[in-house]
Amino acid sequence: MKRKLEISELIFKILSYTMLTVFALCCLYPFVYAVAASISGRSAVEYGSVVLFPKDIQFDAFKRMFSDNMFWNSYSNTLFLTLFGTIWSMVVAILGAYALSKKRLLFRTFFNFFLVFTMWFSAGIVPQYLNYLATKDVFNAMGIVDDKWLVVIAMGMAAMNIILLRNAFEGVPSEIEEAAIVDGATEMQVLRQVYLPMSKSTIATVALFFGISRWNGYFWARQMISNQNEHPLQVFIRLRLEQFTDPETMAGWNESYASDSVIYALIICSIVPILVIYPFIQKYFAKGVNVGGVKE
Amino acid sequence: MKAKAADFLILDKETGAYKIDPEQAVRDDVEKHYWHHVLLTVAKDWRLYLMLVPMILVFLFWRYFPMYELLGCFKVSDNVLPVSEQLFSGFSYFKRLLFAGDGLSTDFWRALRNTFLLSFYGLCFGFPIPIILALFFNEVRSNIARSVFQVLTYLPKFMSTVVMASLVTMLVKQGSLTTEMGIVSRFLAGLGLISRDVANAGLLNNPAFFRSIYQISGIWEGAGYDSIVFFAAIIAISPTSYEAAQIDGADKMAQMRYVVLPSILSTIVIMLITRIGNLLNVGYEKVLLLYNTKTYMTADVVSTFAHRNGMQSGGGTGIAAAAEMMNNVIGMLLVIGANKIAKTASNTSLY
Repeated sequence: MKRKLEISELIFKILSYTMLTVFALCCLYPFVYAVAASISGRSAVEYGSVVLFPKDIQFDAFKRMFSDNMFWNSYSNTLFLTLFGTIWSMVVAILGAYALSKKRLLFRTFFNFFLVFTMWFSAGIVPQYLNYLATKDVFNAMGIVDDKWLVVIAMGMAAMNIILLRNAFEGVPSEIEEAAIVDGATEMQVLRQVYLPMSKSTIATVALFFGISRWNGYFWARQMISNQNEHPLQVFIRLRLEQFTDPETMAGWNESYASDSVIYALIICSIVPILVIYPFIQKYFAKGVNVGGVKE
Repeated sequence: MKAKAADFLILDKETGAYKIDPEQAVRDDVEKHYWHHVLLTVAKDWRLYLMLVPMILVFLFWRYFPMYELLGCFKVSDNVLPVSEQLFSGFSYFKRLLFAGDGLSTDFWRALRNTFLLSFYGLCFGFPIPIILALFFNEVRSNIARSVFQVLTYLPKFMSTVVMASLVTMLVKQGSLTTEMGIVSRFLAGLGLISRDVANAGLLNNPAFFRSIYQISGIWEGAGYDSIVFFAAIIAISPTSYEAAQIDGADKMAQMRYVVLPSILSTIVIMLITRIGNLLNVGYEKVLLLYNTKTYMTADVVSTFAHRNGMQSGGGTGIAAAAEMMNNVIGMLLVIGANKIAKTASNTSLY
């Protein structure tokens, strides 16, 4: 009897390790292949002899990209959008979530509904597009001709993140706040010195979500930023991909490296910053998917 | 609401006479001059309400004003005039999309069907895999090995849709006389799963493969990350439950059936209901990046249909708005319905 138990558990354990290894390798492989293909020689990439390790190593694809002004431009644009976009979103979300977390707020149910309704019903991309166009006109009339500010201010807000913050603020014991008020703290001081330090991990999680969505933002940036020099990295990658997979433009390709290598090099450059901060932020991921904490 | 006289009067024990209840008088005053008191409260506590203002403005301008633009679906198609100055034309666009029977209408029905099918297949294949992954994670006792697996499987979630779509495009790209096809196509052809000619023509150019590519890349991208919530439910199970089952002679399958499954059932139900609620929210960005004119047959969803008609050339913004209106209203009904079911099923409201 005891023996049978051990066998079934052993089989499942072996199965688990095997399947997890296979899946983890599948997750990793495209990136490994991208690295290998980006630094392999032209014929090796084009005839498909690169499978795991690079062959005829060259760095010309990377060099070509690094000498491309558009690349650096788009990189700095992405940094700009990520930095200012995250700051703007965080300020709006923290202030709003703090007010919503207060039981004494009048019409609290209404404001909560105002927020949650946008999760139930979204206008869709065409009405949003028309709305952004109208916003753009208003911004231009105000003298802001830089489309980047439109993307920073108008896009990337998510009701879900505000709700996560609100729930964290609601979890802060009210005694501490009362003590601070007795000591003469103003509303802003209570928020800055009581609430923010006490919900650090949720704030980190939400900032991470905002930051990642800003870094990865593509569709609206492409629709709304008309000036090519202001395109963020994701748009740049896509435009290059469209250009380099078009057989007509590629007919006259006579470099020492394959055109694919440039695309792979671009992809690698765009994910390196995420990979660098990934180990530090990984512990915050699980917080955001905590479903039980979400309630009206 | 009119207060009864008895509410106003309380018995004063000392004098034995009735007098007016001061608290009830205040309540009565609040009722009478409601907005005056609201204003007073807001003025006294203005800092708190000021904090709310940026959020309200952002949501009003860029979430609620688009809903006003959406009303363009009831108006005469005229891209020059703003919505407020257009003439009301009732349901003509809806009739056009649903019943006209011309190319636009067939395209719309196809898009609606594809939207539903992409989500439905996602539910069938994408939903169970994170649960299975979580069960596997639970078997890994070594912390280092488990974090290695977790780091690797969560990783694709943080790649942008563009990077993901670019990788997919490159890995299954078509071959030509001088260049070999993508490595995944070659692998599949080598295994004999697809014929070499089909693979060589480019899997993304073939409508028969779009849905599989969409689902598999979705699993690659999200399964690890989606397993977090199930894994959290599984590690919350007390080890004594397993021990008790083992003493009763339960083998691994029996433990799964009688210990693990009942413990994570509520999580599964909630996640399933959420998925059903989002059945019509297909990630348009991913479809937009992966589809092309050759695969419209299986790839075109309502959002991309609207995108083509409203933002590029085609039927115009009115038609596009009508298409999105239908999609989003059905979607909202699904979300609300799912939430209702979740409430009755597990006493947990999702929103």
